[in-house]
Amino acid sequence: MMPASAQGFDVAVIGGGLHGLTAALSLARGGRSVVILERNWVGRHASSATAAGVRTLGRDLAEVPISLESMEMWRRIASIVGDDCGFHAHGQFKVAEFDGHLPALQEREATMRRLGYRHEEMIGAAELRRLIPSLSPHCVGALIVRNDGAADPHRTIAAFRSACERAGVAIVEGCGVEAVERQGPDWLLRCGVRSFHAPAVVNAAGAWAARVASLFGESIDLGVRASMMMATERLAPFLAPVVSVVGRALSFKQSDQGTLVIGGGLQGAADIDRQRSTVNFVELAKGARASADLFPIVRGVRIARCWTGIEAQTRDHLPVIGASPQIPGLFHSFGYSGHGFQLVPVLGEIMRDLVVDQKTARSIAAFAPARLMQGRHAA
Amino acid sequence: MSAVDLLIVGAGPAGMAAAITARRHGLDVLVVDDQPAPGGQIWRSVETVAASPRGSRLGDSYLAGAARAQAFRACGAAYEPGAQLWQIEPGFRAFVTSGGKARTISASAVILATGAQERPVPFPGWTLPGVLTVGAGQVLLKTADQVPEKPVWIAGSGPLPLLYMTQLLAANGRIAGFLDTTPPGRLGAALRHLPGALGKAGDLWKGIAWTLALKRAGVKTVRHVAEIEARGEGRLQSLRYRRQGGSWEETPAEVLLVHEGLVPSIHAPLALDCKVEWRRDQHCYAPVLDAWGESSQPGLFVAGDGAGIAGAIAAEHRGTLAGLAVAARLGRVSAAAAETEATPARKLLDRELAFRPFLDALYEPRPQVFAPPDETVVCRCEEVTAGTLRKRAEVGRPGTNQVKAFTRAGMGPCQGRQCGYTVMHILAGVQNRPPEALGFYRIRPPLKPVTLGELAALGQTDDAA
Repeated sequence: MMPASAQGFDVAVIGGGLHGLTAALSLARGGRSVVILERNWVGRHASSATAAGVRTLGRDLAEVPISLESMEMWRRIASIVGDDCGFHAHGQFKVAEFDGHLPALQEREATMRRLGYRHEEMIGAAELRRLIPSLSPHCVGALIVRNDGAADPHRTIAAFRSACERAGVAIVEGCGVEAVERQGPDWLLRCGVRSFHAPAVVNAAGAWAARVASLFGESIDLGVRASMMMATERLAPFLAPVVSVVGRALSFKQSDQGTLVIGGGLQGAADIDRQRSTVNFVELAKGARASADLFPIVRGVRIARCWTGIEAQTRDHLPVIGASPQIPGLFHSFGYSGHGFQLVPVLGEIMRDLVVDQKTARSIAAFAPARLMQGRHAA
Repeated sequence: MSAVDLLIVGAGPAGMAAAITARRHGLDVLVVDDQPAPGGQIWRSVETVAASPRGSRLGDSYLAGAARAQAFRACGAAYEPGAQLWQIEPGFRAFVTSGGKARTISASAVILATGAQERPVPFPGWTLPGVLTVGAGQVLLKTADQVPEKPVWIAGSGPLPLLYMTQLLAANGRIAGFLDTTPPGRLGAALRHLPGALGKAGDLWKGIAWTLALKRAGVKTVRHVAEIEARGEGRLQSLRYRRQGGSWEETPAEVLLVHEGLVPSIHAPLALDCKVEWRRDQHCYAPVLDAWGESSQPGLFVAGDGAGIAGAIAAEHRGTLAGLAVAARLGRVSAAAAETEATPARKLLDRELAFRPFLDALYEPRPQVFAPPDETVVCRCEEVTAGTLRKRAEVGRPGTNQVKAFTRAGMGPCQGRQCGYTVMHILAGVQNRPPEALGFYRIRPPLKPVTLGELAALGQTDDAA
């Protein structure tokens, strides 16, 4: 029996992170009635813990086409969500500290050119010094994308949220989906005393996406990560681009507020049952060391806070994007493995294509959910 | 990484008593403290000051600290002054910086004796140079015998302003006036707790004596002040205040010291995910502790005012109890013997705690402390005003941590020490909920700012080891 109180929608999106918001936004603009069911509040986990890098540089080759399209959307993000999301295109740099680091970068550049991509560019020591005067002089070159950049995560969440609300998306916070039942053409989603039904469901539950899939009877092999970040006290502006480095976990940038925001994928500990993650300072010290080596002027800068965010990680570090091969009406968008922020705008379009048209012209074959379903791991 | 049985954080009354007790039972004890000498806030600099004329001006309860510091020095605990604890991980691994170097210490048990902080009081102009807290004024008096050159305005409520003013007068300081912010009717509310407080008649008398001394000295007192404002270009030049039901008055002022009570330091217990409870009587959170001071995290104890504001004597007894409990936990004393040894401390602690309801009722903060006007800066690290927070609080009934993400309030180096409670109250006011329904900020490490260079060095030493 369908509970009398159940609210009906065309699409229910499970998870109110940026990927859930962007899917809901595109679907609502495509004329669908959409509800977002968020267990905590919008942007609670990975979306508000992200470094918010808007990076095409160094993408897996399978991701390059959608990443480039997403970048084109970032450049007009204000026309999409009504706010520029704090996005600045000051460049992304992958720095080589030593001569031995150069061949890998040069090879990457050659591969990209062979495939017809021109956005990644190799520069030498002199140009590097000109573009980033504060960088330690021992660095010998870099692979860069001049028009990559970074955004403000909290502004981005707020912008996508209000765009959703303006488009008529119902956002229900404090509403975790606990049980799923098939009801004729619809899925009935139970969240405590409330329930919702819809023929199509988008699983955008991030680190908890495999659990959501298992409610539908689908088993997906999914890991979690808890990338650590640190932010310092405010400094006078000295660095515009985002800097990473060969062979070390580092992503280093200065925010609009003047704080240094340092990440790069060093891992803390995640407890997805308790929805908590913790910083490991002995591990984080590596990031501090890399920062101090590349930018000696920051050695005396005080760290104001450190944090981690929990998100999904697949074994091949590629996302899970596509319709479920077994469950009718179930669509997946998760597993971004630490680099999903830049893909947010285009993923809304892709999820709209999949739900509304049952197909997409974008190349997403490499992200098929089925590739993670052969494992013996039960969710 | 060095290893000890017991790590004590803080060398005030609680930390020293805990160390002395634990050493008596043979524990290997390390005490780290961010101050340069033992004594905590109450007995700050007592070792050097007690024998000087300044010592006698500060009074008998201050002088009592000299013997405690001496016993602490002699107890055999390793003592590291000038050391900042900036992180503890369960298990326990503690991260400490001293002399510009960070290192890790492992410990079987930890006693946090990190005390209290003054309740933050945001009001228009509170960030102007020339505006300080009474506690900060008293630190200058104790450590440097520093008396403000200009007459001082004091605004606030509680025993500390009274004590400080008598100390200041004894040191030949000048008081421009005392804006007593205790609302009318508080004495009546407090009197019903008088029977419990009578066990501490001496302390009651002390309060009356302070008040009489101020009267004798001719200190101008304005009672029932409800609102204050500091004004000036670049620094404090004048002070505006309004009595309950009255109109605004303005007076020239160069130094203003404010104080609206104390709240426990809860950042470390919160960072360790300890359970805390809302103390309606003291308008703050305090950790949930058993009768020994053990928190919801086994092996982690909180002693002193960090366990709930109760003063220096209570802090010592709580320190003794926690030290005993760790000794028992590590098998150095039987549970029965620890219980016997604890009995006198428990009795004396109960006597101290019985006095609190009277003081808490008498000095309950005025409502305006939690409801600053819209233009007031609430988070001074990120310069977020009460008005910004109120506007944000109307949309979608956000909690404390959501508002932090949206407004940056609480994201600066102080990690919400200054704005946490005010943000809770502002959201609660707009959303018509009790403040405890909002909860405190999640605490992001480090507990004290550590530099990138210090953290980088930590990595290198640990790899080498």
